[in-house]
Formats: sequence, C-alpha cells, structure tokens
Amino acid sequence: MSKSILEIRQGQLQEPINDRNNTLGNENATVGLVEYGDYECPYCAAAHPVVSDLLRLRSSAVLFAFRHFPLSNVHPHAEFGAECAEAAGAQDRYWMMHDWLFTHQQQLEPGAVGTAAQQMGMDSSALLQAVSARTFYPKVQHDFMTGLRSGVNGTPTFFINGTRYDGVPTLDGLVTAIDAELG
Amino acid sequence: MYPTQDQITAPGQRAPDFELKTASTESVRLSDLRGQPVVLAFYPADFSPVCGDQLALYQAASPTFTQYGAQVLGVSADGVYSHQAFAQARGLQFPLLSDWWPHGRTAQAYGAFDDDSGMAARALFVLDEDGVVNWSYLSPAGVNPGADGILSALEAMAANGKTVAANSKAMNRQASSDKAMNEMAMDEMAMDDVVMDDMAMNEMVMSGKASNAKASNGKTSPAKRKGKRS
Repeated sequence: MSKSILEIRQGQLQEPINDRNNTLGNENATVGLVEYGDYECPYCAAAHPVVSDLLRLRSSAVLFAFRHFPLSNVHPHAEFGAECAEAAGAQDRYWMMHDWLFTHQQQLEPGAVGTAAQQMGMDSSALLQAVSARTFYPKVQHDFMTGLRSGVNGTPTFFINGTRYDGVPTLDGLVTAIDAELG
Repeated sequence: MYPTQDQITAPGQRAPDFELKTASTESVRLSDLRGQPVVLAFYPADFSPVCGDQLALYQAASPTFTQYGAQVLGVSADGVYSHQAFAQARGLQFPLLSDWWPHGRTAQAYGAFDDDSGMAARALFVLDEDGVVNWSYLSPAGVNPGADGILSALEAMAANGKTVAANSKAMNRQASSDKAMNEMAMDEMAMDDVVMDDMAMNEMVMSGKASNAKASNGKTSPAKRKGKRS
C-alpha cells in the first residue's frame, strides 16, 4: 500500500493477551479477540451484546480480552468508568461491572456506581475509594497506550489474532472473521 | 477524484511550504517549524464522523507526539470559523489550519486533494526537522488511519538521528516539557492536562525510558494537578 522509505505496518496488536488483562473464554483458544473500548461510547455499548452473543456461539474457540481506551476529550466519564471496572475487578466482579457500565452509560458517576456495586455484593466504599485514589489509572493508561501503538482508530476497535478488524462489528462480520482463523 | 498513494508527496521530498490561518486566525508557516518533527494530518472536513474520531484520537495521543518534540497540524479546506467550532466541540488543542482560500491549494500541493468533492483527502505526512517528508500515507476517505503509523515514523526518525530527540534527548525532553507548559499557559481551556502528563510518562515507562523520564517530563507541578478528577 505504502512505498515509503520507512516500512511501517499499521493496525497490528503490539501487546498480546496476557495475564494482566480481563479475559473471558477459553485460555487455550485458537483465536484471541481483543476489544479496545470506552464505557461512555455508544458504539461500544452497541457492540457489547454482539460480543456476548459471539462468545456464546464460539465459546471454546475464542479467548476475549477487553482493554480500556477512554477518549476523555470527547467522553468525560469514560476514564471514571474504566477505573470503576478495574476496581470491581479487584473484588472479582470485573465482568459484572463491565456489563452494568455498558447498560447504564448515562449513570457513570459515583452514586449510581456505588449503589450498583452494593447490589453486586461488593464493598462499595472500598471500590469508590480505590477509584478516587486513582489506583487503577496506570493500568487504564497502559491499555490506552498499547491501543494507540496498535492502531486503535476509534472505539470499539477489535483485533483478531493480532490484526485489526476493519469491518463493521456485527455478529455476522465477527463470526466470519473468527471462523476464517479457525480454518 | 480521490488521489492515490503515489500521487501524494513521497518520502524523501521536501514538504511544500505554506502559510495558513488557524482557528484563532493566527498564521502558521510551515518553514517556521524547522528544527522539530511535524505531523501534517489532512482530513476531508470538520464534523464528519470519522474525522472527529481521528482528530480526537490525535488530541488524546498528543502527549506522546510531544514526547518526540513533534508539532501536529490538522489541515482541511474548511474555514476558520468552522475550525473554531470543531476544535471546541472535540476539545482539540493543536492547530487546525484552514485551506479555504485559494480553496484547497495546500492540499493540492501535497497531492492530497479530491477535486470531485472539493475536500482534502485523508493523508498523513511526517516531516523531519529539515522539513523533508519521512513518511506519508493516504488512507481511504472513510477509514481513520489511527496514530500507530505516525508514532512508528517518529520513533524510527528518532532512532535514525533525524529528530531533535535523537540528537539531544535530554534537551528534547526539556523542550517538550517547556512547550507543554507554554501551551497550557496560553490555552486556558487546557483540559486533561494531568492525563497528558501521566500518559506521556506511561508511554516512557513502556518504552523503557522511565528512569530518565521521571527526572524531567514525569514531574507534575501542583498547577497541573488542578484538572484531576478526584
């Protein structure tokens, strides 16, 4: 595509799925699916049930990792949401909080998150304290930087076995791309 | 027609000079920016959905660009008042240049003008400190190219000794940190400044430069902390 002097290949995942990531699915799966997302982004909320369906349909074939890519200049509550999810993860409720955030995008503020955390059986004051102390800020920013270096070009951006998926993230589109990896 | 990769200014060529107005109606002349890498991002129009994402992404990436001492300039054939509204809506702090009149002249000089639509093509140029194109990339109109190509180009230039950063890393760190301070002083709207600072630092941690970086860029003054969510 480019005949530049610098040979630069774009859209390649720079950090493989690792044990610092929040993952769902089969640890030994053939296909690694990474999503870079933002809890305040409506397109990510739209993709959320698609990913859930996908993981149901290809449960043994896929290991899914969600990484944070909060675009704070357009989504002022996205960073807060990401840190809440990580704080919930510290209480083994990452995916419950993840689901709640995507289904309550208009409520990304401490009161609502605290109530939800309580209903999920968490110590909500510990969660909010960790968020206000910015305990998980470095982790969220690490995700953001790996996304930037990998060619994340908006949210959500998916990588399938390390290559950016540039299609529309519909169930059909993602299943087709994943099945192609399965051969 | 929308141009093709071989029509845009290629690596090794001198970047055509220009003088264009920014959203704040000041003029920016490319040749005044010698001595630092420059990233030129031509994009079709303010407020089109993909553009918004692309430029918002570059804003989010700006601490990393600053780390390489690079100046990012967005260029489209929109007028300055459109640029003003767009920059405000998206929280963009780097200059948006108006290639409005003569319409698209600068985009044309770079081979990055679509003469069917009258808009700039979505083209990226990374210039070295001498104003020579080191990397250029033409993206399809509907595809946001992301920031990874730009960052890889800046990194490769630094490694090849083609940027200020490579010639004097310590100086560059000082310069970029001073620059960041100036920008913040000049721009009262400076938002997310803490995020930027910490992010730049995080990036350095990632690239293994943390120990030196902490001594310079990593410092966060109390004034900068103000914007932090607590």
